[in-house]
Amino acid sequence: MSYDARFRVWRGDDEKGELVDYPVEVNEGEVVLDIIHRLQQTQAQDLAVRWNCKAGKCGSCSAEINGRPRLMCMTRMSTFTETETITVTPLRTFPVIRDLVTDVSFNYTKAREIPSFAPPPDLEPGDYRMAQVDVERSQEFRKCIECFLCQDICHVVRDHEENKESFAGPRYLMRIAELDMHPLDVADRQKEAQEEHGLGMCNITKCCTEVCPEHIKITDNALIPLKERVVDRKYDPLVWLGSKIFKRPGA
Amino acid sequence: MSPDIERPGNIERPGNIERPASIERLGNIERHDYDVVVIGAGGAGLRAAIEARAQGKRTAIISKSLFGKAHTVMAEGGCAAAMGNVNSNDSWMVHYRDTMRGGKFLNNWRMAELHAREAPDRVWELETYGALFDRTPDGRISQRNFGGHTYPRLAHVGDRTGLELIRTLQQKIVSLQQEDYRETGDYDSNIRVFHECTITDLFVSEGRVAGAFAYYRGTGDFVRFDAPAVVLATGGVGKSYQVTSNSWEYTGDGHALALRAGATLINMEFLQFHPTGMVWPPSVKGILVTESVRGDGGVLRNSEGKRFMFEYIPDVFKEQYATSEEEGDRWYADQENNRRPPELLPRDEVARAINSEVKAGRGSPHGGVFLDIASRLKPDEIQKRLPSMYHQFKELADVDITQEAMEVGPTCHYVMGGVEVDPDTAMSKVPGLFSAGECSGGMHGSNRLGGNSLSDLLVFGRRAGAGAAAYVNGLGGVRAAVAIDDVTEAQKRALLPFSSATEGGENPFVVHLELQKTMNDLVGIIRKADEMELALKALQDIAVRARTVSVAGRREFNPGWHLALDLRNMLLVSLCVAKAALERRESRGGHTRDDYPVMDSDWRHVLLVLSALGEDNVNLVRQEQLPMRPELFDLFELDELKNYYTGEELGGHRADASGSDKGDKL
Repeated sequence: MSYDARFRVWRGDDEKGELVDYPVEVNEGEVVLDIIHRLQQTQAQDLAVRWNCKAGKCGSCSAEINGRPRLMCMTRMSTFTETETITVTPLRTFPVIRDLVTDVSFNYTKAREIPSFAPPPDLEPGDYRMAQVDVERSQEFRKCIECFLCQDICHVVRDHEENKESFAGPRYLMRIAELDMHPLDVADRQKEAQEEHGLGMCNITKCCTEVCPEHIKITDNALIPLKERVVDRKYDPLVWLGSKIFKRPGA
Repeated sequence: MSPDIERPGNIERPGNIERPASIERLGNIERHDYDVVVIGAGGAGLRAAIEARAQGKRTAIISKSLFGKAHTVMAEGGCAAAMGNVNSNDSWMVHYRDTMRGGKFLNNWRMAELHAREAPDRVWELETYGALFDRTPDGRISQRNFGGHTYPRLAHVGDRTGLELIRTLQQKIVSLQQEDYRETGDYDSNIRVFHECTITDLFVSEGRVAGAFAYYRGTGDFVRFDAPAVVLATGGVGKSYQVTSNSWEYTGDGHALALRAGATLINMEFLQFHPTGMVWPPSVKGILVTESVRGDGGVLRNSEGKRFMFEYIPDVFKEQYATSEEEGDRWYADQENNRRPPELLPRDEVARAINSEVKAGRGSPHGGVFLDIASRLKPDEIQKRLPSMYHQFKELADVDITQEAMEVGPTCHYVMGGVEVDPDTAMSKVPGLFSAGECSGGMHGSNRLGGNSLSDLLVFGRRAGAGAAAYVNGLGGVRAAVAIDDVTEAQKRALLPFSSATEGGENPFVVHLELQKTMNDLVGIIRKADEMELALKALQDIAVRARTVSVAGRREFNPGWHLALDLRNMLLVSLCVAKAALERRESRGGHTRDDYPVMDSDWRHVLLVLSALGEDNVNLVRQEQLPMRPELFDLFELDELKNYYTGEELGGHRADASGSDKGDKL
């Protein structure tokens, strides 16, 4: 039932570090996070790892396993052969704090830049009425557990530090789509998505959708529809004409 | 994706924690001044912070993990509030009665009253923050059935309601920060989140709160917060147990901080073992299987295929529950004319029943029982109603719940006990120290109903925030100063595990496992005097060893060090649980004694109050519960009260006085 696996884990900080080999016991039914915890308990007490719920609900234990961004708690050991070396490294897009823990503050900075929900001004609490079919579109995006795997894999920022300033990343572009599709939100978000948050930089390679542990169709259901709304507006001759004729001073 | 594992060279850290200029440096300790410091960033903490900020107080939120990861995300079923959207017969009075029944009438009735009255407003308020609950056909918030609730009452989003709640509150805080940014140019000017930051001590000067001491998990640097008001919202204590649904954060920090600051804890003997945790594979043992599975039709069976819960309906609930499978099944479609199936009894009853079945040898292969939804609903219906359960079993256990039954068993889930607070303001015995959510006690009595936790967080989170703001206003600018000696002392204590290293101290992980095993085996679901006495001895021994745990390595993100510091809290809290459990010689709610198996009315009105006695010991005294206000008392029928109250306590009931009507004119 149990066997010794070969783990190779990144140890170090943002200045230097190395991959360290550990032979470690694996039992039936375990996931990668269990093995990392066993390393802590037996061989490497100071091995830094971020985790919380261990049930795929909080999105804390993100790492790259054999190069693929994944949640450690949701990666079963049975998906590897017993002889395979399993390499665990921190998320590459973010600076390492220590070992498997990265500084994900980029994401919190971006979160603050997305304008919040704007409710209709005169609607009292308790008077909100929305149809299930209308809330479902945004509900899909609200399944997001903010594991930042999509932010990590997205090639716009993965090896392009210089794009971080102008690109919110799939998670936060999806947040804009979520608010844009909220049945009661009154803010106008499409122009800003394109001009402030870098929607145009996304060229729909769907990497974000592929790594999403919640199986949210980020590209198909959030980013592409948002792009379509922006395009409709930009190139719709009537809208264009209207914007020329009724241009308000200062607009 | 290429398996490219090389790290790119030096990346500049874009978000390296900014430190505002206002920080004074004392030695090498960072210092911040706030009006209100909220410890904990789950539902209660965030709601408290929103309220304190709304009342004009500069507020800090201290979170052990990243912002938005708190244990609240684990809540699945929903948030109980008598909005009456699905059944208009519901009202706060019905909710109040259900809550008191669930807690076996040991609840702080004032808290239960405030909770039942205010929960609907707190839920509606979330919609104005952007929450998207599931809807009724006429577009209102849908509500679902849950154990112990008379009517469909839980606002929900599939089975990920906790995530919706935490995200909504998180996003509300961001929106407040955006408001502040527009005014001051600084997002953090009035409300700031310090994440991955752990509080290790509270400062009390001149008999009231003066501040708190913490370390940043990432850097290991120390930080002190000077503030006249502190709100504890740190959640529960489950990490003292081996099989638990709780995350690593649940180390009883708030409970222990409160004790050491001079506050008191009540009801610590009452722990809720959720009846349905996963039992297989071992690595996920304890992870929760939501009660919604049963609310939506799932049934419990033993190895003989029998729906055993019909055998376990206690006398006090005989009137409310179906006695045949046919009636129970009819209830899902027609709740007016049928009684509910016994799978939906309060959690303590179901947990004990499962325990008995397994002990009698009728358990599942891995020591649980079967929870069957596959034969009750169509596969697509299961996937729609219980998406994250489907996901969880598929990914973690390789079980398809639309095809086969789940194996489940009890898991340590929730502590009813906590800081003794004033119901209206949430203030503890220590001036300036407030508490809300799981780490406060009283609201749920001896057993919490499912769905009453999320509503508790919102109702008392808000009240604690408001209470703290009012308290600060009342001080009129006069604040107690933090004593420098206390800071030095706190720093020394936090560094102790490093200095023990040279003396060859113990591995904190090993000591922790021992603590968990002790509590699990000796103060678990079914308790006995001799076992608990053994536990108390073992805890004494573990306390001695915990003092000398040592850690190697550096202070940056060092999990061994973090655990060494958390151990101190877990030990103190475990001691409270064991002491109170040994003292209460009856069985009630989340406290079951093998040697005193029945509920005893003489114990109903007795609260066990714990206070700190030095570093490693606690003192226990008995305290009388205040009698329920007459008009609330009259909401119950005398016959029901007779199951719980002693004869002389029933004197004031309306049935005693002639001609008085039902108390429904409230």
